[in-house]
Amino acid sequence: MDYFIELLFSGLTRGSIYALIALGYTMVYGIIGLINFAHGEIYMIGAFTSFIVATVLSIYGFPLLAIVVIAGVAAAIWSSAYGYTIEKIAYKPLRHAPRLSPLISAIGMSIFLQNYVLLAQTSDFLPFPELIPDFDFMEPVAHIVGSSDLVILITTTIVMLILTFVIKFTRIGKAMRATAQDRTMAMLVGINVNNIISATFIIGSALAAIGGLLIASHIGQINFYIGFIAGIKAFTAAVLGGIGSIPGAVLGSLILGLTESFATGYVSSDYEDVFAFSLLVLILIFKPSGLLGKAETQKV
Amino acid sequence: MTTPILKVTGLTMDFGGIRALNQLDLDVCAGEIVALIGPNGAGKTTFFNCVTGIYTPTKGDVILTPPGSSKGISLKGMKPNIVTQKGLARTFQNIRLFSKMTVLENVMIGRHCRTKAFILGAILRTKATRREEREILEMSYGLLEKVGLADFANEFAENLSYGAQRRLEIARALATEPLLLLLDEPAAGMNPQETLELDDLIKKIASEGQSILLIEHDMKLVMSLSDRIFVMDYGKKIAQGVPAEIRANPQVIKAYLGEEVDA
Repeated sequence: MDYFIELLFSGLTRGSIYALIALGYTMVYGIIGLINFAHGEIYMIGAFTSFIVATVLSIYGFPLLAIVVIAGVAAAIWSSAYGYTIEKIAYKPLRHAPRLSPLISAIGMSIFLQNYVLLAQTSDFLPFPELIPDFDFMEPVAHIVGSSDLVILITTTIVMLILTFVIKFTRIGKAMRATAQDRTMAMLVGINVNNIISATFIIGSALAAIGGLLIASHIGQINFYIGFIAGIKAFTAAVLGGIGSIPGAVLGSLILGLTESFATGYVSSDYEDVFAFSLLVLILIFKPSGLLGKAETQKV
Repeated sequence: MTTPILKVTGLTMDFGGIRALNQLDLDVCAGEIVALIGPNGAGKTTFFNCVTGIYTPTKGDVILTPPGSSKGISLKGMKPNIVTQKGLARTFQNIRLFSKMTVLENVMIGRHCRTKAFILGAILRTKATRREEREILEMSYGLLEKVGLADFANEFAENLSYGAQRRLEIARALATEPLLLLLDEPAAGMNPQETLELDDLIKKIASEGQSILLIEHDMKLVMSLSDRIFVMDYGKKIAQGVPAEIRANPQVIKAYLGEEVDA
């Protein structure tokens, strides 16, 4: 039973990290219909930024909590700047081009950023400082649920609640939903669509950066390539849940995380990806629009 | 005569070799209801699209002069969201509501260009943001009451009846506080009862000083509402005047009914 709970929690932890990244995919897809393949790289840059900031701050002897908060905020801001710039450089000029063009541009951007970090930083794995301490009160259950699992779960829950609130109730959230539904009409009611698209990239990038910080601290090492596999997994999760749907992205991520965790625990860690992607194939066969996605009707 | 709030001069729009609008002149004064009529395909909706920034006209100019200001603003080539910000709001012939949002949210969206809270405001929820959100909410409810939809505020827009969706579109347009409201066939597809209610609604809005430019096919509605009427056919203006003049104009009759053939 303990083993089951342990797998359950590790699956939820994985799933919530996927969700932080998958939200960026799904929000961008919802608003401009583009799969932003450079999004995984944004996550990787978030991890690197928090690595640099955390290392510098720990040299100066800052307390751990201050390091986590400052590194998180710095990573979110820095990654957002990347997300914003990528959209302006690589996608905005192609807004009225055929759908394939921005997709190729996104893949190009992804390769560029990977190699840029490879050259600017290093190709080695860097040891990431352990930012989340082992709490004393977690001691009795530490063999089942680690402290960092707990922190990741709580942080992602809070972040998602804030995101839901912003999208549902605030002025900018309404404008985002309106833009996603009908871009021309959104312009006609006076929404500056370019600003809203930028805001979407900024929010998505900030979420990915927070994910980058959390997972890097959890696993304990980073390199320039981590964005690729995390990006593919999160993209899978977003498609699983129904791309374009925000609750879908969260649900898909949790299912994917749990599947991987149980497959690793009960079968073999070699088969983790086999199970994850078989699940994707099955869902796409039986429900092509994803779990919570709506079948797309052609606009006349 | 006062300076018109909207003055369109020599508006021409070419699509490839087709001239959809040809040297069109039109003006609307403050507080007026002006109608633009013409047979199907005359270019009325193209005219609206040129004025609101969806198309950039090939030639001609669109000048908006806010009341009390002596200098007009040229709207030509501006993006639709800027045009809306400057003071034009429109509805559509085929309804374009945000169907997956509630009735109230649809109206609140109209306040977007008159308010300014952005990402940080949304997350930090400063006092100014909260006050702004409260004002948006109050004004939107007020507008829903005006068009008689306050009871449906939390319904999805797609669940409203056809006539109610039209009124919601008008409320959303009014939420942007337009200097001039452009209505594209507001009575299209309505039953006589709904048309009658619409007639009352437009009169009520106009009595509050709202200037309106209207495209409409329902002649009874046009004649009862309009202060002045412009008639176009094949992209050209063929007549303008008060309703009585238009009714008697032989060219207008010809455009609508075809020419009499001498026996």
